[in-house]
Amino acid sequence: MPWDRNQMAARAAEELEDGMYVNLGIGIPTLVANYTGDKDITLQSENGMLGMGPFPYEGEEDPDLINAGKQTITELPRTSYFDSATSFGMIRGGKIAAAILGAMEVAENGDLANWMIPGKLVKGMGGAMDLVAGVGRVIVVMDHTNKHGDSKLLKECTLPLTGKGVVDRIITNLGVLDVVPGGLRIVETADGVTEEELRAATEATIV
Amino acid sequence: MNKVYGSAKEALDGVLFDGMLIAAGGFGLCGIPELLLQAIKEAGTKDLTFASNNAGVDDFGIGILLQTRQVKKMLSSYVGENAEFMRQYLSGELELEFNPQGTLAERMRAGGCGIPGFYTKTGVGTVIAEGKEVKVFDGEEYILERGIFADLSIVKAWKADDTGNLVFRKTARNFNPPAAMCGKICVAEVEEIVPRGSLDPDCIHLPGIYVHRIVQGTHEKRIEQRTTRKREDV
Repeated sequence: MPWDRNQMAARAAEELEDGMYVNLGIGIPTLVANYTGDKDITLQSENGMLGMGPFPYEGEEDPDLINAGKQTITELPRTSYFDSATSFGMIRGGKIAAAILGAMEVAENGDLANWMIPGKLVKGMGGAMDLVAGVGRVIVVMDHTNKHGDSKLLKECTLPLTGKGVVDRIITNLGVLDVVPGGLRIVETADGVTEEELRAATEATIV
Repeated sequence: MNKVYGSAKEALDGVLFDGMLIAAGGFGLCGIPELLLQAIKEAGTKDLTFASNNAGVDDFGIGILLQTRQVKKMLSSYVGENAEFMRQYLSGELELEFNPQGTLAERMRAGGCGIPGFYTKTGVGTVIAEGKEVKVFDGEEYILERGIFADLSIVKAWKADDTGNLVFRKTARNFNPPAAMCGKICVAEVEEIVPRGSLDPDCIHLPGIYVHRIVQGTHEKRIEQRTTRKREDV
């Protein structure tokens, strides 16, 4: 059986090590916070916060306290706040150990596309280009194929790029792959998914 | 020296002109200078260019200036939540220059620090790099981005003293300090003006040198995505 959203998030959480400062994107990456267990992980929200806490209880929402998805959140005893220039200073400066984010396409050379589809409504890249250019390690979590069944792991991206050669590891519902010289290398397959099945669902070169 | 004004309208008196570049603080609807935006709407200033991470929603934030067609151009990183913005953009009435969020923040900070340009690896190999100078440092490519020098900065803070020292609250700080720094004139709206000497000098987030005018007011502080968790049964 391919992994479901929560299993993908749990697998992504295994990438995190005790003491890391990490930025989680919207969607499945947000779920990763539920699976960090005993590891001491500090979450960054790029609108200006380290030490992001869970959603507030109803009635305790604070309009001055939101995450990068504009959702109300809470602070923790370790929390610090700072301005956007400082926030992206720590991102661009490589102080954030890892970013876990979703994608529309990843190419075998590590190119990432996740911010615009030409001809469709373009909302903007937000902080995605800064994150993928700056953080220590970029981990993509996404479905292996799109809704038409086509591979999202490509020889070359067809959509406008968010970053060039920036992806380190891809976690999909079928398994885990690393970007290595010459293409992608299978690290593991999801329980019950064979290497042949994963290869068959992948357009990118597997080495 | 008197920096304290009685209303947002008075605080903007004499500083607005058609075609100007305004840097505005805020992220989404959090920490936006909502009173000053309303006063700009009432002043009717036209052909405005805004450097602002977002464009508000249809009836709040910069969105209210889109409805009155006072905005000519936006420099933003994300404009997703605004139907009128999209309508004007798709019909060609509104210009839009996407900036990666960190690049936009740094462009403001740089402008405020007298730095006309800086090199960054953000956006290398993407459409953002098109037409920009590329320079190689230590084997890696970087693109040249320009500092923003705005005609006016409008920001929102939590507290100020009468000399303009500002303290922000939680994530409402966001773009406000860099936006404040990059304007020739900065007008700050705050929830409370406190007596001189009552703010801890070690805890000032933005020194008053950057802030020329201050107005105190009541803020709606609208929440864009109210998200909560359930209380677990004890």
